[in-house]
Amino acid sequence: MRFYEYEAREIVRRAGIPVTEFGFATTPEEAKAAAEKIDGPSVVKSQVLSGGRMKAGGVQFADTPDEAAAHTVDVLKIEIGGQMPRGVLVDTKAEVEQEYYAGVVWDGTAKQPVIIFSPVGGIDIEQVAEEQPDKVGRRHISNLRPLTGFEAKEVIASTGVTGSELNKLVPIVTKLAQLFIDNDMTLAEINPIGRLADGSFIALDAHMDMENEARGRHKKLLAELGVGDDETREAREPTAFELAGEAVDSEDHRGVAGNVTEFDGNLGLVIGAGGGSLTLFDAVRAHGGKPANYCEIGGNPSVSKTCGLAKLVLQKPGVDKIAVMMSIVSNTRVDIVARGVIKACLELGMDPSEKIAIFRIPGAWEDEGFKILDAYGVEYADRSVSMHEAAKRAVEKIGAGS
Amino acid sequence: MRAEGIFIAVEVEDGAAADQALAAKLTEVCPVDIFAVASSGELELVDKNIDECVLCRLCLDAAPEGAVTIIKRYDNDAQL
Repeated sequence: MRFYEYEAREIVRRAGIPVTEFGFATTPEEAKAAAEKIDGPSVVKSQVLSGGRMKAGGVQFADTPDEAAAHTVDVLKIEIGGQMPRGVLVDTKAEVEQEYYAGVVWDGTAKQPVIIFSPVGGIDIEQVAEEQPDKVGRRHISNLRPLTGFEAKEVIASTGVTGSELNKLVPIVTKLAQLFIDNDMTLAEINPIGRLADGSFIALDAHMDMENEARGRHKKLLAELGVGDDETREAREPTAFELAGEAVDSEDHRGVAGNVTEFDGNLGLVIGAGGGSLTLFDAVRAHGGKPANYCEIGGNPSVSKTCGLAKLVLQKPGVDKIAVMMSIVSNTRVDIVARGVIKACLELGMDPSEKIAIFRIPGAWEDEGFKILDAYGVEYADRSVSMHEAAKRAVEKIGAGS
Repeated sequence: MRAEGIFIAVEVEDGAAADQALAAKLTEVCPVDIFAVASSGELELVDKNIDECVLCRLCLDAAPEGAVTIIKRYDNDAQL
């Protein structure tokens, strides 16, 4: 779950990291009041969850509170990345001598947080890593015990930062790591940290993503920040197709048949099984296929639930065929999924043998499932056919790929 | 009585369907709610759930032999 910048800044402030004077405003009057409090030049920043604010005109500089109010009127009208702003952040326009980057991100492969630090801030850290790799320090840290100052110092010093700068940055990075762990974040990033003329450091911008499943553990924080229980906080609003997928999944408690993401390809996917979805999605693309969607099925969804998801995918404009694929499943019955997808075809007046490019779900009750697929002439594969090979066959059948 | 889905058909002998105690028992054991008790107390089959049958045999075990038949339509009408 992504936080708006004004919320992220508040989280940073609560962690004891110095931040510039700022205020959140939804009206020109509130913006003016916030700018008056700053008592100097300010920046009016659109509060959307997507990037590209500067380019879209969502960041404006103001010398007076009246100017900040006028900019607020303009900024609130600008749609950025398909989103209208929730409000504006009125921030101090700080004069910085150098910008730094500090971030903590969850490394899903290592299953540990990793600290990233760079003395080159204010631009994407990926760009710095590519162009000046010696200016990026990294270190995995424990997600159980607090980060020590020594560990933070090692990461910062590895980028060539020394002396008083190093000593002043250590507590900021240490507190950022603790903030990450305390709040179950998947990303906690301050970019940039600014070094001011007096040698002090201050957080100028922050991005925070909290693990969705951890929201229940942080109700107090979320309530204080004004985050509603029903706010999805994704980088973009879910499409009608994705919302329909959610509806399918929520209508029936049995199993999972949802988590749908829309793409613009012609091969519909009904996929799943403990990471199998991602593998299969990637496999389709690797073979030149164009997925129409991502989704997840598993945990033994009912026939009607599987049918509902398959119908949704089959009816998506531009979908020529669907591929029904999973890894080897023990907790999902092959015959139930087979019934669901065939029923979807039949109820839509489609021929399952034409519409289902391939059915590759080996596992529980597969013999019964294969009987059903045989009865309707659907091409299927057992466990002797890899997920990659099945994806390749589906792509070939749809006439795409290499 | 008989109800058919795309994949499954369920048949219940008329005498068994009128047995209110059996109707309650079948309703209780079926994990996917194929059976229900009508307002008259007799058995009724829930059409929309027929294809949800998980072939668990619990209804066959609960009923006298031959009273309930589960038919796999996709398997040349093989009986469970």
